[in-house]
Amino acid sequence: MESYFTFVSSVLGFEPTSLLGFVGAIAVWAVPITAFVSVVGLVSIWLERKISAHIQCRVGPMEVGPHGALQTLADGIKLLGKEDLVPAQADRILFGLAPMLVFASTFVGFAVIPFSQKAVIADLNLGIFFLAAVGSLEAIGVVMAGWSSNNKWSLFGAIRAATQVVSYEIPLGLSLLAVVVVAGSMSLNDITQAQSGWVWNWFLFRNPFMWAVFLIYFIASLAECKRAPFDLPEAESELVSGFHTEYSGMRFAIFFLAEYGAMYIVSAIAVVLFFGGWYTGIPFLDHISGSIGGTTGVVVENLIGAGTIIVKSFLLICVQMWIRWTLPRIRLDQMMDLCLKYLLPFSLVLLVAVSLWQAFQGPIDGGNSVMGMIMLAATVASLIWMRRLAGRVSKASALRRELPVVKTGL
Amino acid sequence: MLFQYAHALIGFLFGMLFVALQVFLLVRLLAPRVKEPMKDSTYECGEPPVGDAWVRFDMRFYTMALIFIIFEVEAVFLFPWATVYNDLIAGLRAAGTGNVLFPFIEVFVFILVLGVGLIYVWKKGDMDWVKAMRGQPKQSWPPTEGSTGERDVEKDVA
Amino acid sequence: MATSDAIIDQVKGQFGEAVLESSTPLGFPTVCVAKDRARDILTYLRDEPGLEFDVLTDATAADGLKYPEPWDTRFQVVYHLRSSRDGKRLRVKVGVPERDCTLASVHDLWKSANWAEREIFDMFGVRFEGHPNLKRILCHHKFKGHALRKDYFIHDGQWLDEPETLLDEIGDWGENPADEGFSELVPVNLGPAHPAMHGTLRVFAKMEGETIVKAVPEIGYLHRGFEKHSETGNWTMVIPYTDRLNYCSAMLNNIGYVRTVEKMFGIEPTERCQYIRVIVGELSRIIDHCVCLGAMLVDLGALTNFWYLFNIRERIYHLLEGLCGARLTSSYARIGGMAHDLQDGFETELREILRDMPRNVSDVLGLIAKNRIFLDRTVGIGVISREDALSWGWTGPCLRATGIPYDLRKVEPYDVYADLDWDVATRDGGDVHDRAMVRFDEMIQSMRIIEQALDRMPEGPVMVEDKRVVLPEKDKVYSSIEGLMNHFVLIYDGIKVPAGEAYVPTEAANGELGFYIISDGSGRPYRIHCRAPSFYLYCAYPSLAEGNMVADAVPLLGSLNIIAGELDR
Repeated sequence: MESYFTFVSSVLGFEPTSLLGFVGAIAVWAVPITAFVSVVGLVSIWLERKISAHIQCRVGPMEVGPHGALQTLADGIKLLGKEDLVPAQADRILFGLAPMLVFASTFVGFAVIPFSQKAVIADLNLGIFFLAAVGSLEAIGVVMAGWSSNNKWSLFGAIRAATQVVSYEIPLGLSLLAVVVVAGSMSLNDITQAQSGWVWNWFLFRNPFMWAVFLIYFIASLAECKRAPFDLPEAESELVSGFHTEYSGMRFAIFFLAEYGAMYIVSAIAVVLFFGGWYTGIPFLDHISGSIGGTTGVVVENLIGAGTIIVKSFLLICVQMWIRWTLPRIRLDQMMDLCLKYLLPFSLVLLVAVSLWQAFQGPIDGGNSVMGMIMLAATVASLIWMRRLAGRVSKASALRRELPVVKTGL
Repeated sequence: MLFQYAHALIGFLFGMLFVALQVFLLVRLLAPRVKEPMKDSTYECGEPPVGDAWVRFDMRFYTMALIFIIFEVEAVFLFPWATVYNDLIAGLRAAGTGNVLFPFIEVFVFILVLGVGLIYVWKKGDMDWVKAMRGQPKQSWPPTEGSTGERDVEKDVA
Repeated sequence: MATSDAIIDQVKGQFGEAVLESSTPLGFPTVCVAKDRARDILTYLRDEPGLEFDVLTDATAADGLKYPEPWDTRFQVVYHLRSSRDGKRLRVKVGVPERDCTLASVHDLWKSANWAEREIFDMFGVRFEGHPNLKRILCHHKFKGHALRKDYFIHDGQWLDEPETLLDEIGDWGENPADEGFSELVPVNLGPAHPAMHGTLRVFAKMEGETIVKAVPEIGYLHRGFEKHSETGNWTMVIPYTDRLNYCSAMLNNIGYVRTVEKMFGIEPTERCQYIRVIVGELSRIIDHCVCLGAMLVDLGALTNFWYLFNIRERIYHLLEGLCGARLTSSYARIGGMAHDLQDGFETELREILRDMPRNVSDVLGLIAKNRIFLDRTVGIGVISREDALSWGWTGPCLRATGIPYDLRKVEPYDVYADLDWDVATRDGGDVHDRAMVRFDEMIQSMRIIEQALDRMPEGPVMVEDKRVVLPEKDKVYSSIEGLMNHFVLIYDGIKVPAGEAYVPTEAANGELGFYIISDGSGRPYRIHCRAPSFYLYCAYPSLAEGNMVADAVPLLGSLNIIAGELDR
């Protein structure tokens, strides 16, 4: 399969295996990816501010740029001019290394996730596995940050982060496994291509258990990127700021950027595993190179693909934000209970169920369209039903104008 | 394929370089530096910290770490199986011999063993965060004699 | 209910000579008892069937050094007792001479005495024998002298910057000698500069993992000497200081203070004034509950509710700003009435707020009332029993959350509360959840009260016509000699409150806000003591927090609604 690397090398006119080709290709991908990480950070932080503001009857940033779109950039520049502080009691080396490790483990995720069929920088045959591995690497960085600060709040945050990320790695890994069982590959590219065709070919609709698998993955991924209601490691009302209490200025900004980068990565993985990756779900659009032809066709097809996966990922990011601004935070022991007593057994059962389904149903190339259509219809129906339900709830709350029953004393 | 992994490695190094560049170069060039001992003191809510923060972790976290190792390794063992699972079934179907459930049963036994382990850990109470707590006993409920302690959530929402 | 005389007679009959003096000033039964029998008498009062004064509402002291008629002893320690059975009250005064400035502690009779005695020690230097931890509480631990003694000059400032370590209170660390003296317990400071420590509270905690094994609070970071300050100006000048007590519901503090002074005058405010007091008081209560609930939910990580609640608060503040020109520091009440009448359009705007408020409240409830995370985080956390709550001197929503329907607006009705139709909100659990829900219920009840008060409010003056307290109208000053004289005397001497003492409790947003005032008949207050509800709520906090995780201790604090302004005074 022609990867980005060989593609770029050939465009640049180097031998793919030559040193020059290697360096050139890296230069070509590293700069845009850095820019992309920054843009993802800027856009998600802006989205977070705007979404939270509108949920809370506010307008959010409005001054810098249209609707405050450049506010985050201005903040970033401000942070760049902030004095670089390292506590005297801290372990300087680890203190400096921690943000690097956290950011790098997020950054490398961007190099692995496919943007389109061709725009994938490192197409690893162990893609999913690799992402899970670098995800845990971030936990090491966080623990390093908390430990090296020599601050008790940081330490509490770090321990919480380690416990949380490490334990949610299990249901996360098991739900990834369920997808691998269906796809028969760990390469993100292969998994996506197994979902080509119409919408109902997406893995989400592949069998009745996939929705549950996705929910477990989504909950675990919230915990993995320390988002509410799992924001215990940086719970500002309890631990001041958790593991990055002692970090300020640019060092803090790096943690912040890495956090939003991680949100994009887990969302993009969810899109690849369950929502058809870069496929729009409309075969004509997905294979437009067939009708346009030539290099233009390839470019257009890849651009559509990249746009699709980015939009899908950002939709999931918005769901994460919606949850954050709706739910209170759970407690440490409840967090562990949820993981070990609910998600872990459920994901084991789901793994068994999915593999049994696969054994009976047999591997069908391109998926089972009838099954997919039924699942899709069921999904849409249940969404409409939930919307109705929500309507009924809000009607009930409007009725609350009549005063509630209050126990009277005396 | 190894080239792909080399890319991943270089991506990782580049990420670190990116941070180093910003924190150690850009900030050093742009940001002011005014040395003052109070600035570098450790934050503990405005009070001088008592003792060091480099303390021993609570034992409970080690229990969690052990549980993690057991199940994460399980997941790692299952990944190769999951990758070839479809091929195994297809192979058995094509050959027409043997049970198509054979690859499933093999792994099911493995999961079952771990499931028993999970139940054991669960029953032993090592999954309960509160179990190992030494401090005060949990507050009793209901708190006052005469009050039922029941609450009607329906009523709250009315 | 035993009458005041019956109570006094019973005590006299039991202790004879030890009861030095008894009276019923302004209807409040008072006994002065001998110092060496004080503890016996207080024990008797608490335990004797029929008396059962199971609540020590407040304990304070006064210094008689500058009082026109000399006291028998320099200091008087004053206990205000209340019985939760029938609501009767009793004041017990104990004279303490300067030479032998000691008194037997009653911290084991009422838990609330613990901090109250520390405050008396801090301010007057009365040593309580048998007190487990007789340290300064509001002033700095290196402070020299006793601030509320009359011979401590108010401008004698002291520069103190040495932090208190609190290591003497935290106890041992359980070091393990077999393990190189290593301790599993970690000392941590929660606050003063901690996001959840609402302002300036500090709790020094001994932690095992994330569980608080022992918590020691330090207060006084916001101590501004309200009581000392009050003694310097005239009676009207105290009103702005009361704004700063519970700054979340300043109106209620104003009202509480002026009600006490009016009681000493025997003035009954006009009917319209009473209605206005009810309306602005209930609005302040709603604001206060909004702040408390919003902040508590933020402590739980539910940030959005904060904004929904603060939208209500913002609109009410807009209304009150139009009324008195300030948002937080209203200073709207005056001795004898209100500063001025309601502004035009007050009623229209208020009715609009009342129309929209249920929707805002139900938005918040919709987010949390059935929310599994919220219920898991609050139900059964920080539970306090009824007996403990009374013993700690708890009042207000926190007491009502344990199922005791103690609300001064019902029990000892004032203003026009008795004429209005409303209910006391109570819950049974005594935990964080119920403390929050009681506040939601109370907001609804406050809306009921306001609606009725708006409907019934009569026209008329908002100030009494009493030349002792109210400046005459301008044209009378210009046209009549009597008016001019009254104006001159009031401006020159200030309001002269009749000599005597009074304790008047008001149901503030956090509970019983009592002002204990001693007047020497001059134009300046001789002693003003504020019984702040937060003070007695917070003294129970360490015992509730111990055994909980940090994550629970934080919303627990939020549910008590500790306002540093009135806690530290």
